[in-house]
Amino acid sequence: MFAYFVRRVLATIPVMAVVALFVFSLLYLAPGDPAAIIAGDQATPADVERIRASLGLDRPYLVRFSAWVWDILNGNLGVSIFTNLPVSTMIAQRIEPTLSLMVVTLILAVSLAVPMGVMAAWKQGTTIDRAVMGFAVLGFSVPVFVVGYVLAYIFALELDWLPVQGYTPFSRGFWPWLQNLILPAIALGSVYIALIARITRATMLEVLQQDYIRTAKAKGVGQSSILFVHALKNAAVPIITVIGIGIALLIGGAVVTESVFAIPGLGRLTVDAILRRDYPVIQGVVLLFSFAYVLVNLAIDLAYTLFDPRIRY
Amino acid sequence: MSTATLPQAAVLPAGINAAPPMGDIMPPVRARGGFLGFLRRNPTIAFGGSLVLAMIFMAVFAPLLTSVDPTALAPALRTREPSAQFWFGSDMLGRDIYSRVLYGARVSLLVGFSVAILASLAGLTIGLISGFIRVADSIIMRIMDGMMSIPPILLAIALMALTRGSVQNVIIAITIAEIPRVSRLVRGVVLSLREQPYVDAAVAAGTRTPRIIIRHILPNTLAPLTVQATYICASAMITEAILSFIGAGTPPIIPSWGNIMAEGRALWQVKPYIVFFPAIFLSITVLAVNLLGDGLRDALDPRMAKRL
Repeated sequence: MFAYFVRRVLATIPVMAVVALFVFSLLYLAPGDPAAIIAGDQATPADVERIRASLGLDRPYLVRFSAWVWDILNGNLGVSIFTNLPVSTMIAQRIEPTLSLMVVTLILAVSLAVPMGVMAAWKQGTTIDRAVMGFAVLGFSVPVFVVGYVLAYIFALELDWLPVQGYTPFSRGFWPWLQNLILPAIALGSVYIALIARITRATMLEVLQQDYIRTAKAKGVGQSSILFVHALKNAAVPIITVIGIGIALLIGGAVVTESVFAIPGLGRLTVDAILRRDYPVIQGVVLLFSFAYVLVNLAIDLAYTLFDPRIRY
Repeated sequence: MSTATLPQAAVLPAGINAAPPMGDIMPPVRARGGFLGFLRRNPTIAFGGSLVLAMIFMAVFAPLLTSVDPTALAPALRTREPSAQFWFGSDMLGRDIYSRVLYGARVSLLVGFSVAILASLAGLTIGLISGFIRVADSIIMRIMDGMMSIPPILLAIALMALTRGSVQNVIIAITIAEIPRVSRLVRGVVLSLREQPYVDAAVAAGTRTPRIIIRHILPNTLAPLTVQATYICASAMITEAILSFIGAGTPPIIPSWGNIMAEGRALWQVKPYIVFFPAIFLSITVLAVNLLGDGLRDALDPRMAKRL
């Protein structure tokens, strides 16, 4: 068990190294002169040179890469071209809204999608099943920002139940905080709910055909106990895997959701950075999100052993 | 098959019904009616496919469906509600949204199809190399693991931040972000196909590797690859719209659904129709492509259909 933990943790190091190498090399892979593109059309040659130097593009690739990795290991993500603030400071200022949005979305999505998938599998072929599957197809097809605008229009503008836009820090109370996150979380969660509901249904259908389910029924175990204890527990591993993998969708979607709902988080930071062509900020955000994604999936892999003691690698 | 062929039907006492005649053996499931029969048996493909065709038609014949230039400015007629003159209303610069939405279909479909084709070809090549050359496999898969750890939209954003906004660059950026998933899929299929008895037989018969790839491996990767390509097309169209929406996609001068929505963003509370029409078209198109993918998956690859 301990050996597996160690091996699994060590296995993320090459992945993170490749992420870092790839994100770093984008500057060199991009066609044309990135310094000139970042500087914009009105830049003087001196501006271009200044940006080239600040990106380190005037130094050899390997020298620059080792210095960059060393900086990252020390928590230094570089300096913004536009504000001259350290990227890590800018990220720290913006991380709370994004983290809040993701946590609320995650809780909402899992608590909606898993029962939906279970119901669909239990009532396979009925209207409930078809409704869930139909919802899943819609969830995959309607982009996050479209769901966002529709929800905001109906529930905020027309019905006036929830605030239209903005964000209230958690320190100002739980309800004001949550109020601003409900609509964005539903919008952001739509794809995620579709994904989880679909995989839950598929795995549950497989599990429900197993002999031990028949045995449980024969023993007279109640329906809900069969579904949620006997079946769901055995279907947990693929479902949790998809919940972990799907976080990539949440991260990508958060960038857009934050622009629709005017939430001042990392997504907004990214969008602002794109408009100003502030590449160090984009690089920092991409790196942070990717590392977080790797670590979350590492945690999930380790958690498998709790759900399924048979897993030993 | 008539009841005459079932002799026991005659000796049954009155009042007891014989089981309906079934024939000697179950008739084979026949593929009937060629292409139309195929569509009738797969209504999802028929529905999704015809919607996609309608969108392609709309994109190709956009100049015939509207006489208004989608980039023509009319500041005096800005932000008009939908009417007989402006079917879908006009935007902040007085441009006709109906016309812009029609022309916007071109960008979405071009990006969707190009990314699907390019990512499939690249993924197929990488997946085949990875599945056949053991030394390359471990290196390629480590790179793919790393690339897959970067959320695709963020990867596309980072790439777009370093290049000038153009439809071509959007296609390249989204393709790069989609390649790892396809490579993974192809590699998995190749590895499982290599264990098949007929591949062993071909190897034993002295068939050379390139011929095994072309004759035995490639044809079997096509079904899952086609299905995957359809899903990639759908997700590429969404990614393009997202990139344009946040200002990292096609340049504002080209009407694309994401761009129209980006321009309507500031006014969406008072003039929701600017965002609404491109949003509806984008959603319907993506839905159509997804339905086509689901239908193809059920028709081409029953094993995969069972899994999801």
